[in-house]
Amino acid sequence: MTLLDVAGLTIRTGGRDLVSGVSFSVEPGGRLGLIGESGSGKSLTALAVLGLLPPGMTASGAVVLDAPGAGRTDVLGAGERRLNRVRGRAVSAVFQEPLTALDPLMRVGRQVAEPLRRRRGLRGRALRAAVLAALEEVRLADPERVARAYPHEISGGQRQRVAIAMALACDPALLVADEPTTALDVTVQADVLALLDGLVAGRGMALLFISHDLAVVARVTERVVVLRDGRAVESGSVGEVVRAPRHPYTQDLVASARHLDRALDWRTP
Amino acid sequence: MTAPLIGEAEAAAPPARRRVPRSVTLLTGCVLAGLVVAVAVVSLFWLPYAPDDTSGDRLMPPGLPHLLGTDKLGRDLLTQLMIGARVALEAGAGSVLIGGVAGLAGGLVAGFATRWMDDALSAFLDILIAFPTVLLAMLVTAARDASLGSAIIAIGLAMSAIVARLARVLVKRVLAQDYITASRTSGTSWPRIVVTHVLPNIWPTLSVNLALQFGLAVLAEASLSYLGLGTPPPNASWGRMLQEAQASVFIAPAGVIAPGVLLVVLVVGVNLIADGVRDVADPTRRRTR
Repeated sequence: MTLLDVAGLTIRTGGRDLVSGVSFSVEPGGRLGLIGESGSGKSLTALAVLGLLPPGMTASGAVVLDAPGAGRTDVLGAGERRLNRVRGRAVSAVFQEPLTALDPLMRVGRQVAEPLRRRRGLRGRALRAAVLAALEEVRLADPERVARAYPHEISGGQRQRVAIAMALACDPALLVADEPTTALDVTVQADVLALLDGLVAGRGMALLFISHDLAVVARVTERVVVLRDGRAVESGSVGEVVRAPRHPYTQDLVASARHLDRALDWRTP
Repeated sequence: MTAPLIGEAEAAAPPARRRVPRSVTLLTGCVLAGLVVAVAVVSLFWLPYAPDDTSGDRLMPPGLPHLLGTDKLGRDLLTQLMIGARVALEAGAGSVLIGGVAGLAGGLVAGFATRWMDDALSAFLDILIAFPTVLLAMLVTAARDASLGSAIIAIGLAMSAIVARLARVLVKRVLAQDYITASRTSGTSWPRIVVTHVLPNIWPTLSVNLALQFGLAVLAEASLSYLGLGTPPPNASWGRMLQEAQASVFIAPAGVIAPGVLLVVLVVGVNLIADGVRDVADPTRRRTR
């Protein structure tokens, strides 16, 4: 059984193909990386998986989500009502910019509470306990204080942890992470990546990880699909792709990643 | 693999405060507008003279027995001023209620609409804005009667177009934000998103505009009354008082100064309240104060 099956996904707007014929699949508990430069269509692919393509874009091909308990859903053909039942439970997402991903006028605790209240039907004291537990699970120190704070009152890394807590609140079968660490400081990046890695493994969740950074993708996923100009140019296990890249673009990617690594080695005696 | 606890890079932010900060702006606004409200409330129970009592001499200066003097028909100015306060508040509140609700509804629809639907609504709003309020008021008056109610409906309709156009832009801006997408990924329905995210986020800007519209509505009612499209006598409106006293401004300046000052006090007061409420309601602005 596959959890997510994307077959021949093509996204076009104004007669131009932004993504053409991309296919991949994710098993339950599996981890797949989508890698590519900006404009390669990786974020659009993620939005298509969530059924959240902006108006004016049309998608063809097939995106099928088959999560236990949520049934088989053809995401591209499904209506908003059906999608709302799938979102959160079958699939959820963490985005790049944690400041804008949180409502600036709402206390953090209320934002985390929202999906818990709706999905698990929690109220009052139980809801409050669940919010604090969710914040604790993403390793936020002093969850009481964070729950009371507004998004601008906590740091970028803390915000991203809150965003992760919100995404995990409904226990999704698949987590889509669209450049979740790109906007963070390097040291915080490593922390958040490790957190995400641990949570996904702990819950047996599947992960669709999107990044422009080969090193980051290699750290958290098993398989990788390389996108360029809306086409999948290479795919395979992370080991294969890093060891023996076939497509010239992938070779470039691997070479530049190694080059950066070497530069670091040079400087450290 | 276990993730480390928060590193030093994520230094603790100061604790979120619960207390509502005092705002001098808000307090001043409340005092000014409260003054006018108090006058209006008193006018419901007590008036120095009957509104149609013309027993006084014409154009008397302030003094006794007429505290603010009389107008050219010998009516007591204080009495008219007090009734005018009531009329002004009714005109402002009524039009803002109509304009705000209709405008917000229209703005939400236009904000969610795409392409041709959005274009059509925008064009319609532009036409409505270009349509002169006075002409609109004449149409409403023709359909109903010349009364404060008709004036309020006309002003409210004209206002709703302006409010709708602003709300449309605000809604579109909020809908483009990541937190809307994030909320949708967790399966939140559109009506729920509107209530929890869209309305709170457009309210700070919208409320300031509504306060501004309140002031404009009071002024608009004044001009409509002058044209005979607003409050009929004996009930006074500040606008009509200003117009009637205009000719005798050098002989009896109190007739112009008194309603003019109260009009300014009310409009400034409401604007200060709007500013103050925004400062208090928007958490990102609190700490900078």
